[in-house]
Amino acid sequence: MSELKATAADANKVLIKPQRGLVGLDLRELFRFRELIFFLTWRDILVRYKQTLLGGTWAIIQPVLQMLILNVLFGDIAGLTSGGIPRPLFTYSALLPWNLFATAIGEAGRSLVTNRNMITRIYFPRIVIPLSSVLSGVVDFAIAFLLLAIMMVYYGVMPTSGIWGLPLYLLLSLITALGVGLWLSALNVHYRDVRHIVPFLTQFWMLGTPIAYEANKIFERLPQGFEWLYALNPMVGVIEGFRNALVGTPIYSTGLLWVSIITSMVLLITGLIYFRRMERTFADVV
Amino acid sequence: MSEYAIKVQELGKQYRLGGKIENRYRTLRETISGAFTWPLRMLKGELREHSEKIWALQDVSFEVREGKVLGVIGRNGAGKSTLLKILSRVTDPTTGFAEIHGRVGSLLEVGTGFHPELTGRENIYLNGAVLGMKRREIAEKFDEIVDFSGVSKFIDTPVKHYSSGMYLRLAFSVAAHLEPEILVVDEVLAVGDAEFQRKCLGKMSDVAQAGRTVLFVSHNMSAILRLTEESIVLERGKLVYRAPTRQAVDYYMASGLSQSGERVWKPGETPADAAPFRPVAMRVRDAQGKTVDAIQSRQPLEIEVEYELAKPIKGLRVGVYLQTIRGETVFTSFDTDEPVQYEKYATRPAGYYFSRAKLPAHFLNEGQFVLGINASSFRVRRYFQEERALAFTVDAMGAPGMQWPEPRQGPVRPMLEWEIEQVEAVKA
Repeated sequence: MSELKATAADANKVLIKPQRGLVGLDLRELFRFRELIFFLTWRDILVRYKQTLLGGTWAIIQPVLQMLILNVLFGDIAGLTSGGIPRPLFTYSALLPWNLFATAIGEAGRSLVTNRNMITRIYFPRIVIPLSSVLSGVVDFAIAFLLLAIMMVYYGVMPTSGIWGLPLYLLLSLITALGVGLWLSALNVHYRDVRHIVPFLTQFWMLGTPIAYEANKIFERLPQGFEWLYALNPMVGVIEGFRNALVGTPIYSTGLLWVSIITSMVLLITGLIYFRRMERTFADVV
Repeated sequence: MSEYAIKVQELGKQYRLGGKIENRYRTLRETISGAFTWPLRMLKGELREHSEKIWALQDVSFEVREGKVLGVIGRNGAGKSTLLKILSRVTDPTTGFAEIHGRVGSLLEVGTGFHPELTGRENIYLNGAVLGMKRREIAEKFDEIVDFSGVSKFIDTPVKHYSSGMYLRLAFSVAAHLEPEILVVDEVLAVGDAEFQRKCLGKMSDVAQAGRTVLFVSHNMSAILRLTEESIVLERGKLVYRAPTRQAVDYYMASGLSQSGERVWKPGETPADAAPFRPVAMRVRDAQGKTVDAIQSRQPLEIEVEYELAKPIKGLRVGVYLQTIRGETVFTSFDTDEPVQYEKYATRPAGYYFSRAKLPAHFLNEGQFVLGINASSFRVRRYFQEERALAFTVDAMGAPGMQWPEPRQGPVRPMLEWEIEQVEAVKA
């Protein structure tokens, strides 16, 4: 036993020194803290619905109400088409990934500040905090997804072979959310303005994302060769992908989908770099 | 296997203080406007180093052998917390490096990650994970943790309904069941009730006896003395002294204390809420009435308190605390302890006073002592108190037992009347 301890101690040798310049993401370290990621995600989920009357039902009520409002505004009043599929299904299938994204960036943006007592007192890879904020939204997503399945049966819409792309698009929305979340959370440590910016950001972003309207409505209005401007919004690719996977609406252009994917990756990588750079000062500043 | 659990080399940490400390995070606007006005300010020559830099820790080197308990002593702001923060990897050093062998646990993390909305059970798991325990490890120790905490009845109640004592006990139990190779303890003794503090100390000695390395930071000198053999003293971010704890504590306690045998309170130095009591001075005199900072054990001494009452005070008692330099109390005594005096000064009229107390010869042991002052009306009000007003030294010359050149334990060294009775003579 003591021998075991001794080798464990040597394996645990840690060198603490000033870090300068670019530092890579230490994936092995992150893996060591996988249980912490799990527990923090679990805590975020538990806490979100503690002392609420309806509990997890909120994960369904929110998107349903959003769907109703959007349908009245964009469908009944503005008279926009919904790509040949029932409008409730059209909107709801887009609201799922959107809400996953919107909640994630909201929660992640605040996360470092709300967990300051952990940051100032113990060591763990700081990225664990925004990461678990992002992941905690997946449970809400899963709950809301149940209703989507029911709706699909009700409307008799069967998923096409594109359904296999669903996990990829889910991953893409998480990557986008994590990328934006990393930026916002690290910025929020130094600039509390982030708190005020996020609600606007989310609203504008939502309007710029094809949730209540079809993506090709925008693509077609853009001058030839400039469609990629709209695809720079990574959520355009995510939503188009989700709709394609679930209800079979065609993707406007695979090339443009790649623009979204690349933007998303750029967000994640720059977010990681910025986060790692700022990480050193979190405990001193937060 | 390395012989050092902790090795610290030229460790330094610099903090940037931009303007007010409480305003250390900037707003975006300030940064943006700062960027725009930068050339202007440069023209005006205003571009001095605005952000003041301070070294919270500078050039600190030491090592701790495995299984040793090292005390860290220092005043507030001396860099103790910064040192612990660097060693527990919360913050990065600016210079130097530290090598750590093993998992670092800390009793400073008590309750970190606790969420008020979660139940005791949920918090144990969460807190355990935060402290670096594996889920299996927590599950194994769960019952033990709950037993130790004594809150088993409320384990499924959200902790926001706990009393602060229950909360602390549960939090401490989790931390206590973490089994780190290196334990860092920071001022835990300052929180919680007496029982909790005892538990902490008990846990500390358990850990130390189990052969783990402990770094112990505290203001409680008697705890430091009890638990550590060696200590380092930090002063303004620098390591100024490393020695066996006894010496280190003496060094620390003696630094910055008046050694003149007299403490004079200048007008304005005493708090306004002391009125109508105003302390003037406190001094130690020898048998000849001279104010002294050192006295021989075989001589009597006199403690004098000089003060003024602006108004009559009912039930006033003026007294002294005598402590050893390490903070152990020797005695507390008041000028109206005697019933006769108590009756006579039931209400002390306004005026200028001296209260004097004589200490007999052959009373104190050699060493350094600290005098404190207290002026209060029992259970009514404390007018003035200063626990460490002045220090003086006692020399053992001529004290009983000096024929043996050995230090004597204890704060007093009385000349007792010994009798040796021989009841039977044995022939050689």
